[in-house]
Amino acid sequence: MNDAMTCRDLVELVTDYLEETIGATDRARFEQHLQGCEQCSIYLSQMRLTIRLTGRLTEETISEEAADELLHAFRSWKQRA
Amino acid sequence: MRWVETRHGRRQREPGRPALRFTRRLRARRRGVSLRFEMRSTPQEKSADPGDRERPDESQLLAELRAGSEEAFAKLVVTYHSMLLRLARMYVSDRAIAEEVVQETWLGFLESLERFEGRSSIKTWIYRILINTAKKRRSKDRRSIPFSSLADTSGDRAETVDPDRFHGPNDRYPHTWRYPPSDWDTVPEHRLLSNETLAIVDRAIDDLPPAQREVITMRDVEGFTSEEVRNALGITDSNQRVLLHRARSKIRRALEMYFEEERV
Repeated sequence: MNDAMTCRDLVELVTDYLEETIGATDRARFEQHLQGCEQCSIYLSQMRLTIRLTGRLTEETISEEAADELLHAFRSWKQRA
Repeated sequence: MRWVETRHGRRQREPGRPALRFTRRLRARRRGVSLRFEMRSTPQEKSADPGDRERPDESQLLAELRAGSEEAFAKLVVTYHSMLLRLARMYVSDRAIAEEVVQETWLGFLESLERFEGRSSIKTWIYRILINTAKKRRSKDRRSIPFSSLADTSGDRAETVDPDRFHGPNDRYPHTWRYPPSDWDTVPEHRLLSNETLAIVDRAIDDLPPAQREVITMRDVEGFTSEEVRNALGITDSNQRVLLHRARSKIRRALEMYFEEERV
């Protein structure tokens, strides 16, 4: 029998769990803990949302000058090639 | 012109959700750029995380580039320029220098095009050129990060969650939550997705130690796979995961503090 996972253990394993690199035994303990612990379930959804929000950071844009320069660079590269 | 949304499948804006104000502005500017490049077609949608293992066939694109297709080049620039700029800014503190690094990266890419054999994805290849270019530039920039420190996981003892938030070992319910996290489902959607919230995330990333900033930027902002990050940075899988874990934990904490403030 394995010891039950504590809340404090669980938060350390969240990334391993989300990355699916967690071992089968720990995964089972992790999921078992989640079923009985609303607070850790909330913690896990906070982490998921954190990842989602990070993914929404806006794109940097290319300036027109930079785009012009690149286009010129491409044309001269083409001529040399 | 749908490429702003489709650069990464995972970053598509959900229909019906208002575009961010600054994104709209960028989109207008980019439209000018793409006209200049005479882009006619939209690039193909990519799967969420095209890793090196299952990457789309890029041989067609490479052939077009080598044949001198401006459209193919424009497509590449549109796809990767933003990523390169964001990543370059991790290595050189000054925005103008970062832009120069990216320009030089593109020139380096063109020069290396004949040598490129397609053993890695174009993305990983360009990113390697960016790292080398940034290395050459960093000595000119006093505030830049020493590269040796980038993949270093030591010297950061921050806990995933403050230990004081859990009951102690001798309490009745040891190591359970004393101060549990609150449910973010109760935060209104418009607040959750506001520019202000994104600014919190942005600032929290800026405050991270360099190695963590690098990994979370590549993984969660730019959508690299763990394999791509490993290949580009030359770090181990577990190293990558530890850095990602610490970084995400800190961003979560920053968001938590922000949402708690809002609640009061």
